[in-house]
Amino acid sequence: MELSKEQTQEIIARRVAQEFHDGDVVTLGIGLPTKAVKYLPQNINIIIQSENGVLGVGRYQDDTTRDCHITNAGGLGVTLNAGGCFLDSLASFSMMRGGHIDITVLGALQVDAAGNLANWCIPGKYTPGMGGAMDLVVGTKRLIIAMEHTAKGAPKILQKCTLPLTAVHKVNRIITEKAVFDIASDGLVLKEISSYSSIEDIRASTAADFRIELLR
Amino acid sequence: MVKFISAAEAVTFFQNGQTLMIGGFLNCGSPELVINELLKTDLKDFMLIANDTGEANTNRGKLICAGKIKKAIVSHIGTNPETVRLYNEGKIEIDLQPQGSLAERVRAGGAGLGGILTPVGIGTKAAENKRIIEVDGKEYLLETPLHADIAVVYATYADRYGNLEFHGSTRNFNVLMPPAADIVVAEAEHISDEPLNPDNIAVPGIYVDYLIDGGRNGTL
Repeated sequence: MELSKEQTQEIIARRVAQEFHDGDVVTLGIGLPTKAVKYLPQNINIIIQSENGVLGVGRYQDDTTRDCHITNAGGLGVTLNAGGCFLDSLASFSMMRGGHIDITVLGALQVDAAGNLANWCIPGKYTPGMGGAMDLVVGTKRLIIAMEHTAKGAPKILQKCTLPLTAVHKVNRIITEKAVFDIASDGLVLKEISSYSSIEDIRASTAADFRIELLR
Repeated sequence: MVKFISAAEAVTFFQNGQTLMIGGFLNCGSPELVINELLKTDLKDFMLIANDTGEANTNRGKLICAGKIKKAIVSHIGTNPETVRLYNEGKIEIDLQPQGSLAERVRAGGAGLGGILTPVGIGTKAAENKRIIEVDGKEYLLETPLHADIAVVYATYADRYGNLEFHGSTRNFNVLMPPAADIVVAEAEHISDEPLNPDNIAVPGIYVDYLIDGGRNGTL
Protein backbone atom coordinates (compact mmCIF):
# COMPACT_ATOMS: atom_id res chain seq x y z
CA MET A 1 0.00 0.00 0.00
CA GLU A 2 1.09 3.56 -0.72
CA LEU A 3 1.58 5.66 2.44
CA SER A 4 1.06 9.40 2.54
CA LYS A 5 3.86 11.61 3.88
CA GLU A 6 1.90 12.13 7.11
CA GLN A 7 1.27 8.40 7.57
CA THR A 8 4.92 7.64 6.91
CA GLN A 9 6.08 10.19 9.46
CA GLU A 10 3.59 8.99 12.06
CA ILE A 11 4.75 5.37 11.70
CA ILE A 12 8.36 6.47 12.23
CA ALA A 13 7.53 8.82 15.11
CA ARG A 14 5.51 6.13 16.91
CA ARG A 15 8.38 3.66 16.63
CA VAL A 16 10.94 6.23 17.79
CA ALA A 17 8.81 6.93 20.87
CA GLN A 18 9.39 3.31 22.00
CA GLU A 19 13.12 3.97 22.33
CA PHE A 20 12.98 6.17 25.41
CA HIS A 21 13.31 5.17 29.05
CA ASP A 22 11.80 7.10 31.93
CA GLY A 23 14.10 9.94 32.92
CA ASP A 24 16.22 9.90 29.76
CA VAL A 25 17.87 13.18 28.77
CA VAL A 26 17.08 13.46 25.08
CA THR A 27 17.93 15.71 22.19
CA LEU A 28 15.68 15.68 19.14
CA GLY A 29 16.34 17.05 15.68
CA ILE A 30 13.90 19.53 14.19
CA GLY A 31 11.00 18.00 12.24
CA LEU A 32 10.30 14.28 12.30
CA PRO A 33 12.37 13.40 15.43
CA THR A 34 10.47 16.01 17.48
CA LYS A 35 7.14 14.39 16.49
CA ALA A 36 8.04 11.30 18.54
CA VAL A 37 7.19 13.19 21.75
CA LYS A 38 3.48 12.99 20.83
CA TYR A 39 3.58 9.20 21.04
CA LEU A 40 5.53 8.71 24.28
CA PRO A 41 4.14 5.75 26.25
CA GLN A 42 2.37 6.58 29.52
CA ASN A 43 4.70 6.59 32.52
CA ILE A 44 7.64 7.54 30.33
CA ASN A 45 8.81 11.07 31.01
CA ILE A 46 11.87 12.40 29.26
CA ILE A 47 13.93 15.56 29.72
CA ILE A 48 14.45 17.32 26.40
CA GLN A 49 17.57 19.37 25.90
CA SER A 50 17.62 22.00 23.16
CA GLU A 51 21.00 23.18 21.86
CA ASN A 52 20.10 26.86 22.07
CA GLY A 53 20.10 26.57 25.84
CA VAL A 54 17.00 24.92 27.27
CA LEU A 55 17.04 21.82 29.50
CA GLY A 56 13.49 20.66 30.09
CA VAL A 57 11.66 21.79 26.95
CA GLY A 58 7.89 21.70 27.51
CA ARG A 59 5.09 22.29 25.07
CA TYR A 60 4.80 24.69 22.14
CA GLN A 61 3.54 28.17 22.91
CA ASP A 62 1.33 30.01 20.49
CA ASP A 63 2.60 33.32 19.21
CA THR A 64 0.20 35.71 20.89
CA THR A 65 0.67 34.71 24.49
CA ARG A 66 4.14 33.32 24.54
CA ASP A 67 7.21 34.49 26.37
CA CYS A 68 9.33 35.35 23.33
CA HIS A 69 12.54 34.76 25.27
CA ILE A 70 12.08 30.99 25.49
CA THR A 71 12.47 29.13 22.22
CA ASN A 72 13.66 25.78 20.93
CA ALA A 73 16.49 25.36 18.44
CA GLY A 74 14.03 25.90 15.59
CA GLY A 75 13.19 29.33 16.98
CA LEU A 76 9.67 28.30 18.02
CA GLY A 77 8.26 29.41 21.37
CA VAL A 78 8.20 26.71 24.03
CA THR A 79 7.57 26.40 27.76
CA LEU A 80 10.04 25.23 30.37
CA ASN A 81 9.04 22.17 32.38
CA ALA A 82 9.28 22.12 36.17
CA GLY A 83 12.85 21.36 37.20
CA GLY A 84 14.25 22.71 33.95
CA CYS A 85 16.80 25.45 33.46
CA PHE A 86 18.49 27.63 30.88
CA LEU A 87 22.04 27.33 29.59
CA ASP A 88 24.40 29.47 27.57
CA SER A 89 25.87 27.94 24.41
CA LEU A 90 29.04 26.79 26.17
CA ALA A 91 27.11 24.95 28.88
CA SER A 92 24.67 23.53 26.35
CA PHE A 93 27.41 22.01 24.21
CA SER A 94 29.44 20.86 27.20
CA MET A 95 26.37 18.85 28.16
CA MET A 96 26.25 17.25 24.72
CA ARG A 97 29.94 16.73 24.14
CA GLY A 98 30.57 15.57 27.67
CA GLY A 99 28.35 12.50 27.33
CA HIS A 100 25.41 13.72 29.40
CA ILE A 101 22.73 13.13 26.75
CA ASP A 102 21.24 9.62 26.84
CA ILE A 103 19.59 9.50 23.43
CA THR A 104 19.81 11.72 20.38
CA VAL A 105 17.38 11.34 17.49
CA LEU A 106 18.22 13.07 14.24
CA GLY A 107 17.12 12.99 10.63
CA ALA A 108 19.57 12.17 7.86
CA LEU A 109 20.23 12.65 4.18
CA GLN A 110 22.26 9.42 4.15
CA VAL A 111 23.39 6.78 6.65
CA ASP A 112 25.75 3.95 5.83
CA ALA A 113 26.57 0.44 6.98
CA ALA A 114 29.55 1.70 9.00
CA GLY A 115 27.35 4.00 11.06
CA ASN A 116 28.46 7.14 9.24
CA LEU A 117 25.94 9.95 9.01
CA ALA A 118 25.49 12.74 6.46
CA ASN A 119 22.87 15.36 7.27
CA TRP A 120 24.21 18.87 6.76
CA CYS A 121 25.30 19.46 3.18
CA ILE A 122 24.55 18.60 -0.44
CA PRO A 123 27.49 20.28 -2.18
CA GLY A 124 26.41 22.94 -4.66
CA LYS A 125 22.73 22.43 -3.91
CA TYR A 126 21.85 22.73 -0.26
CA THR A 127 24.20 23.76 2.52
CA PRO A 128 22.25 24.80 5.61
CA GLY A 129 25.25 24.10 7.84
CA MET A 130 25.88 21.58 10.58
CA GLY A 131 24.58 23.77 13.40
CA GLY A 132 24.99 21.70 16.54
CA ALA A 133 24.67 18.30 14.85
CA MET A 134 28.37 17.42 14.80
CA ASP A 135 28.83 18.20 18.51
CA LEU A 136 25.66 16.35 19.40
CA VAL A 137 26.44 13.09 17.62
CA VAL A 138 29.97 12.89 19.00
CA GLY A 139 28.91 13.11 22.63
CA THR A 140 25.58 11.32 22.85
CA LYS A 141 25.40 7.89 24.50
CA ARG A 142 23.06 6.59 21.81
CA LEU A 143 22.36 7.95 18.33
CA ILE A 144 19.18 7.02 16.52
CA ILE A 145 18.46 8.14 12.98
CA ALA A 146 14.77 8.62 12.22
CA MET A 147 14.05 9.14 8.55
CA GLU A 148 11.99 8.10 5.58
CA HIS A 149 13.52 5.00 4.04
CA THR A 150 14.05 6.60 0.64
CA ALA A 151 14.10 10.10 -0.86
CA LYS A 152 11.96 10.26 -4.02
CA GLY A 153 12.50 6.52 -4.37
CA ALA A 154 16.29 6.70 -3.98
CA PRO A 155 17.82 4.73 -1.09
CA LYS A 156 19.19 6.73 1.86
CA ILE A 157 20.72 3.71 3.60
CA LEU A 158 23.93 3.06 1.69
CA GLN A 159 27.02 0.88 1.82
CA LYS A 160 29.03 4.12 2.03
CA CYS A 161 27.81 7.71 2.32
CA THR A 162 28.56 9.91 -0.69
CA LEU A 163 27.68 13.27 0.91
CA PRO A 164 29.94 15.18 3.36
CA LEU A 165 29.80 13.43 6.72
CA THR A 166 28.43 14.78 9.99
CA ALA A 167 30.17 12.09 12.01
CA VAL A 168 32.09 8.85 11.56
CA HIS A 169 30.95 5.51 13.08
CA LYS A 170 28.43 7.06 15.48
CA VAL A 171 24.98 5.79 14.47
CA ASN A 172 23.56 3.02 16.67
CA ARG A 173 20.11 2.52 15.13
CA ILE A 174 18.11 3.53 12.04
CA ILE A 175 14.31 3.74 12.21
CA THR A 176 12.28 4.14 9.00
CA GLU A 177 8.68 3.41 8.00
CA LYS A 178 9.88 0.10 6.58
CA ALA A 179 12.44 -1.20 9.06
CA VAL A 180 14.64 -0.91 12.12
CA PHE A 181 18.34 -1.50 11.56
CA ASP A 182 21.14 -1.61 14.10
CA ILE A 183 24.72 -0.85 13.20
CA ALA A 184 26.98 -3.62 14.48
CA SER A 185 30.76 -3.83 14.18
CA ASP A 186 30.34 -6.01 11.08
CA GLY A 187 27.71 -3.80 9.43
CA LEU A 188 23.95 -3.41 9.18
CA VAL A 189 21.61 -5.73 11.02
CA LEU A 190 17.90 -5.80 10.19
CA LYS A 191 16.06 -6.01 13.53
CA GLU A 192 12.44 -5.26 12.63
CA ILE A 193 10.29 -5.32 9.51
CA SER A 194 7.40 -2.87 9.62
CA SER A 195 3.91 -4.22 8.99
CA TYR A 196 3.84 -1.78 6.08
CA SER A 197 6.81 -3.45 4.42
CA SER A 198 8.37 -6.79 3.55
CA ILE A 199 11.86 -8.22 3.30
CA GLU A 200 11.67 -7.93 -0.50
CA ASP A 201 10.62 -4.29 -0.26
CA ILE A 202 13.45 -3.55 2.20
CA ARG A 203 16.04 -5.28 0.02
CA ALA A 204 14.84 -3.31 -3.01
CA SER A 205 15.01 0.05 -1.22
CA THR A 206 18.22 -0.37 0.78
CA ALA A 207 21.55 0.11 -1.01
CA ALA A 208 23.62 -1.73 1.57
CA ASP A 209 24.25 -5.33 2.59
CA PHE A 210 22.67 -6.42 5.84
CA ARG A 211 22.21 -9.54 7.88
CA ILE A 212 18.89 -10.41 9.46
CA GLU A 213 18.43 -10.89 13.16
CA LEU A 214 14.80 -10.08 13.84
CA LEU A 215 13.67 -9.08 17.31
CA ARG A 216 10.07 -9.96 16.59
CA MET B 1 32.86 52.62 33.67
CA VAL B 2 30.17 51.79 31.14
CA LYS B 3 28.80 54.63 29.05
CA PHE B 4 25.18 54.97 27.94
CA ILE B 5 24.85 55.77 24.25
CA SER B 6 22.27 55.64 21.48
CA ALA B 7 22.37 53.06 18.71
CA ALA B 8 23.21 55.86 16.26
CA GLU B 9 26.23 56.85 18.38
CA ALA B 10 27.37 53.22 18.49
CA VAL B 11 27.68 53.17 14.73
CA THR B 12 30.48 55.77 14.89
CA PHE B 13 32.78 53.05 16.32
CA PHE B 14 32.45 50.90 13.21
CA GLN B 15 34.83 50.86 10.25
CA ASN B 16 34.83 48.97 6.98
CA GLY B 17 36.32 45.51 7.16
CA GLN B 18 36.09 45.04 10.91
CA THR B 19 35.38 41.70 12.57
CA LEU B 20 32.05 41.75 14.40
CA MET B 21 30.66 39.31 16.92
CA ILE B 22 26.88 39.50 17.17
CA GLY B 23 24.99 37.54 19.82
CA GLY B 24 21.71 35.67 19.43
CA PHE B 25 20.26 32.35 18.29
CA LEU B 26 17.94 32.98 15.33
CA ASN B 27 15.67 35.71 16.75
CA CYS B 28 16.08 34.78 20.39
CA GLY B 29 18.31 37.15 22.34
CA SER B 30 19.39 38.91 19.17
CA PRO B 31 20.41 42.59 19.28
CA GLU B 32 18.75 44.63 16.57
CA LEU B 33 19.08 48.36 17.35
CA VAL B 34 22.72 48.81 16.25
CA ILE B 35 22.08 46.68 13.18
CA ASN B 36 19.20 48.92 12.14
CA GLU B 37 21.52 51.95 12.39
CA LEU B 38 24.31 50.17 10.49
CA LEU B 39 21.88 49.58 7.65
CA LYS B 40 21.57 53.37 7.22
CA THR B 41 25.31 53.73 6.59
CA ASP B 42 27.68 52.84 3.72
CA LEU B 43 29.80 50.70 6.06
CA LYS B 44 30.57 47.26 4.62
CA ASP B 45 32.98 44.32 4.19
CA PHE B 46 32.53 43.11 7.76
CA MET B 47 33.49 39.68 8.94
CA LEU B 48 30.63 38.33 11.02
CA ILE B 49 31.08 35.83 13.84
CA ALA B 50 27.71 34.59 15.08
CA ASN B 51 25.75 31.43 15.75
CA ASP B 52 23.76 31.79 12.52
CA THR B 53 22.85 34.33 9.85
CA GLY B 54 19.30 34.73 11.17
CA GLU B 55 16.37 35.11 8.84
CA ALA B 56 16.19 37.37 5.81
CA ASN B 57 14.25 40.18 7.50
CA THR B 58 15.59 40.08 11.05
CA ASN B 59 18.72 41.17 12.94
CA ARG B 60 21.96 39.64 11.54
CA GLY B 61 20.10 38.44 8.48
CA LYS B 62 19.47 42.03 7.42
CA LEU B 63 23.21 42.74 7.31
CA ILE B 64 23.64 39.76 4.98
CA CYS B 65 20.80 40.90 2.73
CA ALA B 66 22.22 44.43 2.59
CA GLY B 67 25.52 43.03 1.30
CA LYS B 68 27.48 44.30 4.29
CA ILE B 69 29.03 40.97 5.24
CA LYS B 70 32.04 39.78 3.27
CA LYS B 71 32.66 36.66 5.30
CA ALA B 72 30.73 34.88 8.01
CA ILE B 73 31.97 32.33 10.54
CA VAL B 74 28.75 30.67 11.69
CA SER B 75 27.28 27.24 12.40
CA HIS B 76 24.10 27.53 10.33
CA ILE B 77 22.81 29.52 7.35
CA GLY B 78 19.78 27.45 6.35
CA THR B 79 17.16 29.77 7.88
CA ASN B 80 18.25 32.69 5.71
CA PRO B 81 17.65 31.91 2.02
CA GLU B 82 19.56 35.05 1.07
CA THR B 83 22.75 33.77 2.73
CA VAL B 84 22.35 30.47 0.91
CA ARG B 85 21.83 32.26 -2.42
CA LEU B 86 24.84 34.58 -1.99
CA TYR B 87 26.95 31.62 -0.89
CA ASN B 88 25.93 29.48 -3.88
CA GLU B 89 26.72 32.42 -6.19
CA GLY B 90 30.12 32.90 -4.58
CA LYS B 91 29.24 36.41 -3.35
CA ILE B 92 29.87 35.76 0.32
CA GLU B 93 32.48 33.62 2.04
CA ILE B 94 30.94 31.25 4.58
CA ASP B 95 33.05 29.34 7.07
CA LEU B 96 30.69 26.80 8.65
CA GLN B 97 31.78 25.58 12.07
CA PRO B 98 30.22 23.08 14.49
CA GLN B 99 28.23 25.18 16.94
CA GLY B 100 29.86 23.93 20.12
CA SER B 101 33.33 24.37 18.63
CA LEU B 102 32.42 27.90 17.55
CA ALA B 103 31.30 28.70 21.09
CA GLU B 104 34.55 27.32 22.51
CA ARG B 105 36.61 29.32 20.00
CA VAL B 106 34.89 32.51 21.13
CA ARG B 107 35.49 31.55 24.74
CA ALA B 108 39.17 30.83 24.02
CA GLY B 109 39.46 34.28 22.44
CA GLY B 110 38.23 35.95 25.58
CA ALA B 111 39.85 33.62 28.09
CA GLY B 112 43.48 33.89 27.07
CA LEU B 113 43.63 30.34 25.72
CA GLY B 114 45.64 29.23 22.71
CA GLY B 115 42.72 27.12 21.58
CA ILE B 116 40.74 24.09 22.68
CA LEU B 117 40.86 20.38 21.75
CA THR B 118 37.63 18.72 20.64
CA PRO B 119 36.75 15.36 19.07
CA VAL B 120 33.94 17.08 17.15
CA GLY B 121 34.44 17.15 13.39
CA ILE B 122 37.13 14.46 13.16
CA GLY B 123 36.71 12.70 9.82
CA THR B 124 34.52 15.47 8.37
CA LYS B 125 34.97 18.66 6.35
CA ALA B 126 35.04 20.57 9.66
CA ALA B 127 38.53 19.15 10.19
CA GLU B 128 39.93 20.72 7.00
CA ASN B 129 42.93 22.96 7.63
CA LYS B 130 42.91 22.16 11.34
CA ARG B 131 45.65 20.45 13.30
CA ILE B 132 44.94 17.05 14.80
CA ILE B 133 46.48 16.48 18.21
CA GLU B 134 46.53 13.09 19.91
CA VAL B 135 45.96 12.89 23.65
CA ASP B 136 46.11 9.47 25.34
CA GLY B 137 45.58 7.75 22.01
CA LYS B 138 42.52 9.74 21.01
CA GLU B 139 42.43 12.31 18.20
CA TYR B 140 41.24 15.86 18.76
CA LEU B 141 40.98 18.93 16.55
CA LEU B 142 42.79 22.05 17.65
CA GLU B 143 40.22 24.85 17.48
CA THR B 144 41.90 28.24 17.57
CA PRO B 145 40.66 31.37 19.39
CA LEU B 146 38.44 33.98 17.76
CA HIS B 147 38.61 37.70 18.49
CA ALA B 148 36.53 40.63 17.27
CA ASP B 149 36.95 44.35 16.93
CA ILE B 150 33.41 44.91 18.15
CA ALA B 151 30.86 42.66 19.87
CA VAL B 152 27.20 43.61 19.85
CA VAL B 153 25.16 41.63 22.35
CA TYR B 154 21.67 41.49 23.76
CA ALA B 155 20.78 41.49 27.46
CA THR B 156 17.41 41.37 29.16
CA TYR B 157 18.54 43.49 32.12
CA ALA B 158 21.53 45.76 32.73
CA ASP B 159 22.54 48.09 35.54
CA ARG B 160 24.64 51.25 35.40
CA TYR B 161 27.75 49.21 36.13
CA GLY B 162 27.27 47.40 32.82
CA ASN B 163 26.39 44.10 34.48
CA LEU B 164 24.11 41.95 32.33
CA GLU B 165 21.37 39.48 33.24
CA PHE B 166 19.36 37.23 30.96
CA HIS B 167 15.88 35.75 30.84
CA GLY B 168 14.94 32.44 29.22
CA SER B 169 17.06 31.08 26.40
CA THR B 170 18.57 34.47 25.50
CA ARG B 171 22.01 33.77 26.96
CA ASN B 172 23.30 31.73 24.00
CA PHE B 173 26.40 33.49 22.59
CA ASN B 174 25.63 36.80 24.34
CA VAL B 175 27.47 35.79 27.48
CA LEU B 176 30.51 34.42 25.61
CA MET B 177 31.29 37.27 23.27
CA PRO B 178 31.97 40.26 25.54
CA PRO B 179 35.39 39.04 26.79
CA ALA B 180 36.48 38.27 23.19
CA ALA B 181 36.05 41.73 21.63
CA ASP B 182 37.92 45.04 21.89
CA ILE B 183 34.75 47.13 22.04
CA VAL B 184 31.55 45.73 23.55
CA VAL B 185 28.13 47.25 22.98
CA ALA B 186 25.21 45.73 24.89
CA GLU B 187 21.58 46.38 24.03
CA ALA B 188 19.56 45.86 27.21
CA GLU B 189 15.78 45.67 27.18
CA HIS B 190 15.58 47.00 30.71
CA ILE B 191 17.97 49.28 32.56
CA SER B 192 17.83 48.89 36.31
CA ASP B 193 18.49 51.90 38.54
CA GLU B 194 19.51 49.56 41.33
CA PRO B 195 22.54 47.27 40.94
CA LEU B 196 21.49 43.84 39.64
CA ASN B 197 21.53 40.98 42.11
CA PRO B 198 25.18 39.83 42.07
CA ASP B 199 24.01 36.20 42.26
CA ASN B 200 22.29 36.54 38.89
CA ILE B 201 24.85 38.45 36.84
CA ALA B 202 25.90 36.46 33.76
CA VAL B 203 28.22 39.07 32.23
CA PRO B 204 30.29 41.23 34.59
CA GLY B 205 30.14 44.92 33.74
CA ILE B 206 33.89 45.22 33.27
CA TYR B 207 33.50 43.54 29.87
CA VAL B 208 30.88 46.01 28.67
CA ASP B 209 31.97 49.39 27.29
CA TYR B 210 28.69 50.81 26.06
CA LEU B 211 25.05 50.25 26.97
CA ILE B 212 22.05 51.00 24.83
CA ASP B 213 18.71 51.32 26.59
CA GLY B 214 16.25 49.15 24.71
CA GLY B 215 13.49 51.13 26.39
CA ARG B 216 11.25 48.29 27.51
CA ASN B 217 11.24 49.56 31.10
CA GLY B 218 9.89 46.46 32.75
CA THR B 219 7.53 45.26 30.02
CA LEU B 220 8.64 42.03 28.38
